[in-house]
Amino acid sequence: MLSPGTTAQADPPAPVVRLPRRRGIEFTLLVVAVLLSVYGYCGVGLARTGAVPPGAAGYGAGLGVLALLAHLAVRLRAPCADPLLLPIAVLLNGLGLVLIYRLDLETPADRAAPTQLVWSTLGVGLFIAVVVLLRDHRVLQRYTYVSVVTALALLVLPIFFPSVNGARIWIRIAGFSIQPGEFAKVMLALFFAGYLAANRNALAYTGRRVWLLQLPTGRVLGPILAVWLLSVGVLVLERDLGTSLLFFGLFVILLYVATGRTGWIAVGLLLAACGAFAVGWLEPHVHSRVEDWLHPFASIEAGRGPNQLAQSLFAFAAGGILGTGLGAGHSILIGFAVKSDFILATAGEELGLAGLSAIFILYGLLVERGIRAGLVLRDPFGRLLAVGLASIVALQVFVIAGGVTGLIPLTGMAMPFLAQGGSSVVTNWIIVALLMRLSDSARGRSEEEQQASGAKQRGAEVAP
Amino acid sequence: MTRYIRHAAAFCALLLLALLVNATRIQLVQARAYDENPANRRHTIARYGQPRGDILVGGRAVTGSRDSGEQFRYERTYRDGPLYAPVTGFASQVYGTSLLEGAADGVLAGTDPALSLLPLWNDLARARNPGGQVVTTLDAAAQRAAYAGLGARRGAVAALEPSTGRILALVSTPSYDPGELSGTDSAVARAWARLNGAADKPMLNRAIRQTYPPGSTFKVVTAAAALDAGVVRDPDAPTESPDPYRLPGSSTRLTNEVEGCADASLRYAFQWSCNTVFAGLGVAVGRDAMRTTAAGFGFNDRGLGIPFRVSPSTFDARVDRAQLALSSIGQYNTRATPLQMAMVAAAVADQGSVRTPHLVERTTTADGDLVSATGQHTLHRAMNPATAVRLRELMTDVVEKGTGTNAAIPGATVGGKSGTAQHGIHNSGTPYAWFISWAQADDSMTPAVAVAVVVEDAAADRGDISGGGDAAPIARAVMEAVLDR
Repeated sequence: MLSPGTTAQADPPAPVVRLPRRRGIEFTLLVVAVLLSVYGYCGVGLARTGAVPPGAAGYGAGLGVLALLAHLAVRLRAPCADPLLLPIAVLLNGLGLVLIYRLDLETPADRAAPTQLVWSTLGVGLFIAVVVLLRDHRVLQRYTYVSVVTALALLVLPIFFPSVNGARIWIRIAGFSIQPGEFAKVMLALFFAGYLAANRNALAYTGRRVWLLQLPTGRVLGPILAVWLLSVGVLVLERDLGTSLLFFGLFVILLYVATGRTGWIAVGLLLAACGAFAVGWLEPHVHSRVEDWLHPFASIEAGRGPNQLAQSLFAFAAGGILGTGLGAGHSILIGFAVKSDFILATAGEELGLAGLSAIFILYGLLVERGIRAGLVLRDPFGRLLAVGLASIVALQVFVIAGGVTGLIPLTGMAMPFLAQGGSSVVTNWIIVALLMRLSDSARGRSEEEQQASGAKQRGAEVAP
Repeated sequence: MTRYIRHAAAFCALLLLALLVNATRIQLVQARAYDENPANRRHTIARYGQPRGDILVGGRAVTGSRDSGEQFRYERTYRDGPLYAPVTGFASQVYGTSLLEGAADGVLAGTDPALSLLPLWNDLARARNPGGQVVTTLDAAAQRAAYAGLGARRGAVAALEPSTGRILALVSTPSYDPGELSGTDSAVARAWARLNGAADKPMLNRAIRQTYPPGSTFKVVTAAAALDAGVVRDPDAPTESPDPYRLPGSSTRLTNEVEGCADASLRYAFQWSCNTVFAGLGVAVGRDAMRTTAAGFGFNDRGLGIPFRVSPSTFDARVDRAQLALSSIGQYNTRATPLQMAMVAAAVADQGSVRTPHLVERTTTADGDLVSATGQHTLHRAMNPATAVRLRELMTDVVEKGTGTNAAIPGATVGGKSGTAQHGIHNSGTPYAWFISWAQADDSMTPAVAVAVVVEDAAADRGDISGGGDAAPIARAVMEAVLDR
C-alpha cells in the first residue's frame, strides 16, 4: 500500500482509480423493481374487484424491506458487486408472488402466495447470510468433495419418501415439502467447478488419443463421470426429467469451458441423444411426454378434451402481443401445476408477448451478468463456478419455458423465482448470492490489481 | 478459458433466442388458430362472463341474468319462458344458443363491434361492451291471447302487421322453459335429454320451422292467381266447374264437403271452400302462373330470416295436371309454415304487397342508444291491387256468412279463410285445422293484423268446419288483442 511520505520525492500521491461501485444504481433499480411488483399486485385487484387489494401496502412494505435488507448487506459486504443481479432477482420474485396471488384468487381453497412469501423471505435471508458470511468464494473450493457427497445424499433422500404426482422428488417434514434436488444443483455446480478447476490440465492434455478424440485418463475423468451418471441415474429413477437434463447440460458446459475440447460436447450430445431416445421410447412416463409434445392436440381429437400442454398453448395464444392484463386471463384452465410448472403460461396470457419477452430478457441479463463475472475473474474455480451457476439459471429457464411453449418435450422444473416452490426460490436466491459474491470478487479484485499496478508504476518511476 | 466462456455465453444466448422466437410463433403467428380451437373454452367463458343484454317485448324485458359464480358465470333467466320460447330460444352454456338468442348473439353478448363507440377501440383495449338489448316487434297481448287460445293443444300462431311486416305474435305449443337449459349442472343435461326426447317436440318452433299442408287456406293463393291471370274476371260469374271433379289424366274424383259447388261462382266457392272449383281453377291457371303467384307470396323462398331462419314453404312446380289440381287446394306437395300463411293473409289485407316479416324492431346498446333498426321492405308484390281488393271482399264474406263466422269482431272488418288439411297415410291422421285472417278497425285506414293459426289435433271431423271451429276463435282472440291496443 502506498502512503504519503514513503517516497523521497514530493510527488503528490496519484489518486487511486476507484471503479464506480454503482450501489446507487442498484438502489434505484430496487425501488423500481418493488414499485413494479406493487403495481402488478394492485393491477390484479383492480382487474378482479375494481379496488386496490387490501394487502397491497403490506405486500409492498414486505418486499421493500426484504430488498432494502439485501441491499444493505451488499453495500456492507460486497460493495463492488454487480448492480443488476439483485434488482432482477427482486423483480422476478415480486412478479412471481403477484402471479401466484393472482392464481390464488381462482382457487380460494388453496392459497400458495403466503407460503411463497415465507419461502422468499427465507431465500433473502440466506442471500444475506451468504453475502455476509462468505468473504471469499475461493473458500468454497475446499468443500469440493463435501459438496458432491451432500449433493448425492440430497438426490437419494426422496427415494425414501412417497412419490407425489408421479415424481419421487419431494420430502415432507412437518407439513413442509422440500425438493432436495433443488439444493443439489448448487452443490453439484460447486463440485464440478472445484474438480474441473483442479484437474483441467490433466483432462485437457493427458491420456490416450483414440481416433480424433483425446481421451483423458480414467483416473481423472472417472470420478466426475461417475458422479454425473449417478445423479442422472437417480433422477431417472425419481422421474425428475428436467433436473437430469439440467445436470447433463451443466456437466457438458463446464467440461467444455474447462478443457476447451469440442469433442467432449460431440460425445456428450451423442450419448445424451442415444440415452434420451432410449428413455423416451421405453419409459412410458417419458414416452407420453414426448407424444404430448409431438401431438399436443391428440387428446382433443380423441374427445378427451385438451391436456395441460394444449391448455398452456391456448393460454399463450390468448395473450397475444399485449396480454389480457393481470387478473383478466383464464390460465387457471390449465388446472394442476398452473402455479408451479405452468406459471409462465399465466405470464404469457396476462402480460402478452411483450411481458413474456421482458421476463425472458430479465433472465438473459441475469445469466449474462453471471457469465460476465466469470469472464472478469482470474481464478479457474471462480470462473467455472460463475459460468456453472449462470448456466443453471439459463438451462432451468430454457427447459421449463421450452416445455410449456411446446418447443421441447415438457419436463417438470420450476421457473426460477416465478414458480411456486419453496426449495426452488431459496436455491435461486443462494445462486444469486454466490453470483453477487463472485462479481464482487471480480470487480473488487481488479480494483486491488489496479492499485497494485499503480504502486508498481510509481515504484518504477522512483527507480533511478 | 475466456474463449470457451464466451462460447458458453453464446450458447445461452442461443437458448434465449429460441425461446423468444417460439413465444412469437405461439402468441403471434399461430395465436388465431389456437384461439379458434373448439376445445379452447375462453370464448365461452368470455361470452358468459358478463350479463347478457335483454330481449324486450312491449318495453319489458322477457329475459334476465343470474350470477351463478361458476366459470360460465352469468346464467340466462326467462320471464314467461314457455310463452316467449318460440321467439327468444335459449342461451345455454352447454348447448349454445337458438332463435333470437342465437341470431342476435353478438349484440346480446356484447361482442358486436357496432356496440362500441369507437371502431377498433375494443380490439385495442381488449374491453368488452356490456350486452346490448334487442327490442322485438311482438305485441305481448297478442302473444298471450294466442298462447292461451292454443292451450294444451299442439299448434302454432303467427301474427303480422300487414303494412309493415312486424311480427306481432309467434307462438308454438306445447312449449318449454328455456331457463331449464341455462347453466352447466346435471339438471341441464337431463332437461335437454327430456325436451329432445319428448314425443310432442316442445322445442320445435311450429310457427316457423314446421311446414303443414295448408289445405283450403291455400285457396287464397289460387284465387289470387286466377284473378290475376284473368281466368276469373267476375267473382260472381259461374266457373263452369263439375262436381265431382275428375282429376285430369286420372280416374280419381274430387268431391266437396258442402253442397252447391257445381258450376259455383268464385265468391260462393271461396265462401264455402269448394275443392272442385279451386282444383279446376289451378289447372286452368297453369303450372307456371301458379308457381309465380305462390312465389310472390313467399313460397319457395329459402333465404327468409326474421332474423333467424324460417323453413321454406313449398309449392312444387314439377307436377302433372292432377297433382297441380291437388296442389292448388293446398294438398299434395304444397306445404306452408304458419308464418307463411300469415303473410298470405297480410298480402290480401295490404293491397297485394308482402312485407318482409321481421321480429326485431331495433337493437340498442345497454344504455339504449340505437345500434340498428329494421326498416320496412316490400318483399314481393303478390298480386295486383285490384285483385287484392276483390280478395278482401271474398275473405270478408267468409267471416260474415261463410265458414269463418267464429272470427267476426264487432267494430272491425275481418277477412278470413278456414282450412283443413288432411295428412297421414290415406289421410288417416287427425286433420290440421287452419284459419288465416286479417282485421281492420272500422275507424282505421290500414289493417292492423294478419294472423294464421294451425291446430294439429283439431277435434272436429268435418272438413273446413274444424278450421272455422277450432282455429278461428284463436285467430279472433289474437286480432282482438291487437285491435284493443
